[in-house]
Order: sequence, then structure tokens, then C-alpha cells
Amino acid sequence: MPLPIWLFILASVIKSAVVLGVLLTAVAYTVWLERKVVGRMQNRWGPTRVGPFGLLQPAADGIKFLFKEDLTPPHVYKPLYIAAPLIAVIFALTSIAVIPFGNSITIGGYSIPLQITDVNIGLLMILGVTSIGVYGVALAGWSSNNKYSLLGGLRASAQMVSYEISLGLSLVGVLILSGSFSLRDIVNAQGGHFWGFIPRWNIFVQPIGFFCYLMAAYAETNRIPFDLPEAETELVAGYHTEYSAMKFAMFFMAEYANMITVACLATLLFFGGWHGPIFGPPILQAILPVFWFAAKIFAFLFLYIWVRGTLPRFRYDQLMAFGWKFLLPLALVNLIGTAIAVAW
Amino acid sequence: MLSVHLILFLAFGAVCVAGAVNLLVQRHPINSALSLIAVMAALAGEYLLLGAEFVAAVQVIVYAGAIMVLFVFVIMLLNAGVEEETKGSRVAMLFGIPGMLLGSLLIAWVLLKHSGTEAVAVGALPGTPQVIGGLLFHEFLLPFEITSILILIAIMGAVVLASKPTVPGGEPAQRVKE
Repeated sequence: MPLPIWLFILASVIKSAVVLGVLLTAVAYTVWLERKVVGRMQNRWGPTRVGPFGLLQPAADGIKFLFKEDLTPPHVYKPLYIAAPLIAVIFALTSIAVIPFGNSITIGGYSIPLQITDVNIGLLMILGVTSIGVYGVALAGWSSNNKYSLLGGLRASAQMVSYEISLGLSLVGVLILSGSFSLRDIVNAQGGHFWGFIPRWNIFVQPIGFFCYLMAAYAETNRIPFDLPEAETELVAGYHTEYSAMKFAMFFMAEYANMITVACLATLLFFGGWHGPIFGPPILQAILPVFWFAAKIFAFLFLYIWVRGTLPRFRYDQLMAFGWKFLLPLALVNLIGTAIAVAW
Repeated sequence: MLSVHLILFLAFGAVCVAGAVNLLVQRHPINSALSLIAVMAALAGEYLLLGAEFVAAVQVIVYAGAIMVLFVFVIMLLNAGVEEETKGSRVAMLFGIPGMLLGSLLIAWVLLKHSGTEAVAVGALPGTPQVIGGLLFHEFLLPFEITSILILIAIMGAVVLASKPTVPGGEPAQRVKE
């Protein structure tokens, strides 16, 4: 039964508020997790002072960012200097709108899908929004009027534009298999099992596609080992050298929100989204899909942090050579192979 | 009768025209480039309202997200300064603006009155990826493939132009002695 319009608006507002709240909390605690895990990997404790296990550290950081002096250096191009962090954080948070995080739930006879909105070009929308997000970094670098910022901004935009091609191509294999751009349809196509015990996830049919996606995703989010845009040893802090206080925090939030989006996309496209063993009483059955979805995302974020704690940084020419000479041909071969296999 | 669709259509149209005017008025190239991005994003909104969701997404990904990044890139690398006003540019403004208005009026008049086309209802034409894929790979297969060859030639041209110049001996020449 479709919802009446006022209930639909109410449901949308509640869903948006909840999803955004969860996303921002997740961003804050991914930072905490990263500090904690990298700390343990480097044989130290990470944050321990604020609250039990340092759990209140994100709150302390947030308050610190709010009360720091908001410096604007004298030689910046002011309109764009202010707009750049806003662009970065707005587009990083927008892509969560089309991410489905569970099946529909039924309240009072109405069926409400667990997703802010289901558009039939959901995947394309995410790619579009992330491609606009490049401007935040590029404009921050240019408008700061600082050579390190400019170099960082140029590196970041060149890197993101280059790896976007491999990222897009690595997803086409999945699209061919599921025949839809809608993320909900893609997840639903992964229900069930092969031979009764291996889940029908795309990772088992598209391992090369997943490898390409993972590599491109690291580069797109400017994370180690591809964090050339902010290589401290060469560029001070890259595109956000001239930013302080809340404006810097916005770039920080954008980076972690992008990580979460990328993890969501990997879960939805390659790891069956919210599919997983369902058991127990009805209330548990309603919660479990969302739990599986969150658990898979957590695994991805942990992998991100693990890689950060393990690998050194590439050189810039290595990064470009890897993207254009290895990853792109591999993604193309995977695409052609998948197309031939499906046509056959 | 104003429907929500029509209101949105007019709003996106207004953003589009305002962005285009701003593109011409702004003196600094980076502001002009950003206005062009706004125009393209608003155009994507118009496509979406007309039911061409795939075209809208491609408009954002390819034009606003990739091509314009390269524009901004070039402006940033050249560090292009503020545009100068010359005598020629003032003359161009004097004749250009009335001429452009006249021209667009003429085109609009011919299109609306004499070409026999009718206004299409909002969302009446299907533009889903399936429909577009079907058209591209059945009805328009030959033009599609010819376009791909055209793009291939353009890529090869770019590679030839960008690669290092070679001396007749075959060894890549040293560009600048350091």
C-alpha cells in the first residue's frame, strides 16, 4: 500500500535525519577507530584519556575544532577559499541519500524502504556526486594562494580524475550481471546461494572487478598508499595547508564520509549488501539485515585502517603509471570478459 | 495550471540562464568556469525533469565532473589573471548583446511557430538506460561505432601531440639542457 503524501514526507524527513546523524557519528568514530587501531599496530595505546577507552575523544576533538581561531590568511581568494570546504563536505554527505541499508520495514500496514530515496540511476548518482566533490579539493588548493596547496590540489584532482575511469569501469561488470543501476536491485540480485552454501555475492563472480574497485577507491579517497595530495614530507599538508579550525574539520569530515560511502558501495555491489543469515524472533529478523550491512562496512573501514598502518606511500609517477598502465587495462579486460561470458 | 514539475523546470531554467549570464559578466576565468559548471548542473536537472535520467547523470559525470575539472585545471596551472578590457571588447559588447538577443528571438520564433514541433509533456519521453541502450545498440549502431572511431582518432592525436618530440635518429630529443 503506497503512503499518503504527508506520511511520505514525514518518513523522508525522519529517515534523512536519522541517516545523517548516524553518518556523522560514524565519521567521528571512524577517526577514533583509526587512531586506536593504528596506535595498537604501532605498539602504543592511541587515545585513552577522554572517557573509557578514549571513547569521548571525538567529542573533545569537535569542541576543540569549534573553539579554535578561524584564521583566514591575507592573500587567499576569499569566496572560493570559504566555498571549497563547504563543497567538499556537502557532496561527501549527499551520496548517502541513495544508499539502501536494509529491506523495507512494515509499520501500521505501510511498507517503508530503509533508504532515503530509491532512484533507478542510484549508482550513477553516486558517481556524479563524487565527481563534483573533486572541486572542493581543487578549489581549496588554488584559492589558498600557496604553492604547496596548489600542488596538492593539482595532484588530488589529477589523481581523482584518473582513477575515476578505472572505478567506473570496474563497476560495469557488476552492472552487466545485475542489469540495473538501482542499488536496491543490485543487492536483490545477490540473494541466495551458489550450490547451497556459498552466498551469491558478486565478489565470487567478479574478483578482478573488486580488486580494481578497491584500488581505485583507495586512490579516490586520497588514502594511504595513495595519499599523495597531502604527502607531509613534500607538501606540508597539501590542499588544506592554509585551513584551520572548522574549515579544516570539514575537509577531515569529507575524507572520512567519502571512506564510508566507498565502503557502502563495496558492500552493496560486491558483498551482497544486507544479505546474511537471518534467524530468531521477528524483532531480531528485522534488525539483522541492518546489522549485517553495518558489520560489512565496519570490516571495510578496518581494512582501510589496516592498510594505512601497513603500507608506505607511493611516488607520484608510480601512482599514475599504476592507474593508467595497469589498473585501467585490467578493468577493461574484466569488462570484456564479463560481457563475453554473459552474452555466451 | 502550475504543476510542481513546471515550477522546478522554470527554476532550473532560471539558474541555467543566470549562470550563463554570470559566465559572461565575470572577469576572472575561474569564476566563469564555475558558472559554466552551474549551468551544466542546472541543465542536468532539466534533463531529469524531462524524464531523461541517464542523460542527466552522464551530463553531471562527464561534463560537470570531468571536462570542467580539466578546464579548472588549465586555469589553475596557467594561473590566468583577470581579463583585460580593450577597445575591441567594448565594440563587441555594443553590437554583440543586441545581436545575440535578436538571434535567439529569431530562433525561438522559428522553432515555436514554423517548425511544426509541439511542446512535449514533462516526462513524456522515456529516457531510461534500457531505452537508450536499446537505441544505441540496435537502431543507431553504425553512428555509435563511427563516433567511437572518431574518439579513438582524437585520443591518438592527443598522444602524438603530447609525446616527446623525436629526432630523425629515433632517440627522444633532450628538451632543455639543465
